[in-house]
Amino acid sequence: MELTKRDYDLPDSKGHFAEFGGRFVPETLIPALDSLEEHYLAAKENKLFNNELNQLLKYYCGRETPLYKAEEISKELGFNLWLKREDLNHTGAHKINNALGQILLAKKMGKKRIIAETGAGQHGVATAAVAAKFGFECIVYMGEEDIERQKLNVFRMNLMGAEIRPVSSGSKTLKDATNEAIRDWVSNVENTFYIIGSSVGPHPYPMLVRDFQSVIGKETIIQFKELTGLPLPDKLIACVGGGSNALGLFYPFLPYDVEIIGVEAGGKGVNTTQHAATLTKGEFGVLHGAASMMLQNEDGQVTLPHSISAGLDYPGIGPEHSYLSKSKRVKYKTATDDEALDAFKWMSEKEGIIPALETAHAIAYLKQKDNGISKNEHVILNLSGRGDKDVSTVEQSMKKKYE
Amino acid sequence: MNRIQKLFTEKREKLIVYLTAGYPKLNSTKDLVLSAIDSGADMIELGIPFSDPQADGPVIQYSNEKAIKNGINLGIIFDQLEKIRQETSKPIALMGYYNQILKWGLNTFISDCKSLGVDGITIPDLPLCEANEFCKLSKSMNISPILLVAPNTSNENITKISKKAADLIYAVSIIGITGNDLSSRTELKTYLSRIRKYSSTPFMVGFGIRSHNDVKWFNEYSDGAVVGSAIIEKIKNKNDYINSARSFVKKLKGNHG
Ligand SMILES: Cc1ncc(COP(=O)(O)O)c(C=O)c1O
Repeated sequence: MELTKRDYDLPDSKGHFAEFGGRFVPETLIPALDSLEEHYLAAKENKLFNNELNQLLKYYCGRETPLYKAEEISKELGFNLWLKREDLNHTGAHKINNALGQILLAKKMGKKRIIAETGAGQHGVATAAVAAKFGFECIVYMGEEDIERQKLNVFRMNLMGAEIRPVSSGSKTLKDATNEAIRDWVSNVENTFYIIGSSVGPHPYPMLVRDFQSVIGKETIIQFKELTGLPLPDKLIACVGGGSNALGLFYPFLPYDVEIIGVEAGGKGVNTTQHAATLTKGEFGVLHGAASMMLQNEDGQVTLPHSISAGLDYPGIGPEHSYLSKSKRVKYKTATDDEALDAFKWMSEKEGIIPALETAHAIAYLKQKDNGISKNEHVILNLSGRGDKDVSTVEQSMKKKYE
Repeated sequence: MNRIQKLFTEKREKLIVYLTAGYPKLNSTKDLVLSAIDSGADMIELGIPFSDPQADGPVIQYSNEKAIKNGINLGIIFDQLEKIRQETSKPIALMGYYNQILKWGLNTFISDCKSLGVDGITIPDLPLCEANEFCKLSKSMNISPILLVAPNTSNENITKISKKAADLIYAVSIIGITGNDLSSRTELKTYLSRIRKYSSTPFMVGFGIRSHNDVKWFNEYSDGAVVGSAIIEKIKNKNDYINSARSFVKKLKGNHG
């Protein structure tokens, strides 16, 4: 069967996805971004670079990850649910795909001091792992609140030799960790490579992170066809924080006729002030180097988001998602803290897979009444990470709930 | 000619004082600005507090956070500027991160600046590659867009940036954020003479400048010195912040009496 295919070739040469994206950073960072872009574009076409990356993805990460039919949930819901098992990657989430790609660029550029920001700690752990492997110095900025709720990951990063710098400004979460990482980068740009953990930040980061993550979608296209004999699934679903696991799955499918849904953190409800539903409730603005949608007040100050999951607790979103939302190519929905907690338990009980709390938001969408999923459809959900890091948060919430 | 263009035709030592609007008190802006001017500041750079000031170190971050807690916003700042303008004819530039300006509306922001007698605008997170619209609109209203250059900006880009800005550029003294330490004088000299050679406009230097000696030294190699973190530090937690500011600005100018 011939598939209908529409062209999609964003961002433009200046890193814009229509009015989104770009480079809104101090002039000091421009030479570094130019150089990063140049090295990346060359690496992308370079056989040796791609071979090295592919070998690492295979033997270090354990790719390819399975596309797994969740039979029990499929039976319960009456459609075919496929899980793309990014939780089975080394270090437990999709974040390693990107960390590997970027550290190879750092190596090429001769930069041996690595910095990163982290929320859930999954990106921090992935960065600490690859930095250890390559023998580079690694500094991870992490909000104090996140250090508290993701203790396991803090310990893992320490074990692998990373230095954690606690961030106590603002909301003490991912937003502020990102500010500190950017300030470090501005001050040490000559010898430092900033490994950004999501498809956010100034150009070329959103493009480069998306490309490194799109191994997820590329594998999925082939696997789905092999497993079902069908050309394409009906729907794709992923959770959206900054947006990297979602774009990783979505991007290779964008030209095709597949319905795509991103799920944001609804926190305590999108009609309260405590959520992280950037596309659902945000406005146009500039945060962390890119124009995109963001949560802000009437004075243009960034407002504090809330989500039970540290990885989604972010007031911004990658510029490409803002574009995909505005152009209506992708639909964005929300799931609340409570829905995510229920989904966390449900997936654990039904399939014996403990998902990350971030991922649990996408899983929760499957149970929402008006989700538009019809009987017998094939739905692929990006199981972005495993939930080991979240068990104490979940335990505490359950205690509260049943007290 | 606007007040900035005029000031920078004068060949003499110039001190530009940065203050955070709404800090340390919501309504301290006017008195502080006027005291700094009384004490010898040649130009004021007034910061619009932002929740996420990427280019600022701990001292200015703190003043931003405190000012926001005090209840400052752009509307109040414009009211304060209106009163300040009635009492001084020294050049005043606004410094603010791009998000707040976008939120106000770029066009409206610049025309409000115009009608309140603001002479220049600095946006630290708006580099040359994104600054077309901003520069065009500012210039059309005779406001100077003060673009920035850094020690790692290429010669070619220094020329491009100064041409685009047209009146004045702001040279960041170091690769870093506000409040960081200065690099060696030899390194600085090389950098500043590079700007002198490749810039088509006057330039002021800022970041890490904290004494009269610094101010004098930078004026030898540029057209003016900006002091920010050092003065904010001096007025932090002071009941008598006005007098602290006065005596510090006098010292920066070399007047101890
Ligand atoms: C397992 C997992 N999923 C999703 C996310 C959200 O990030 P992104 O939207 O970039 O995939 C995180 C972030 O920490 C994560 O750890």
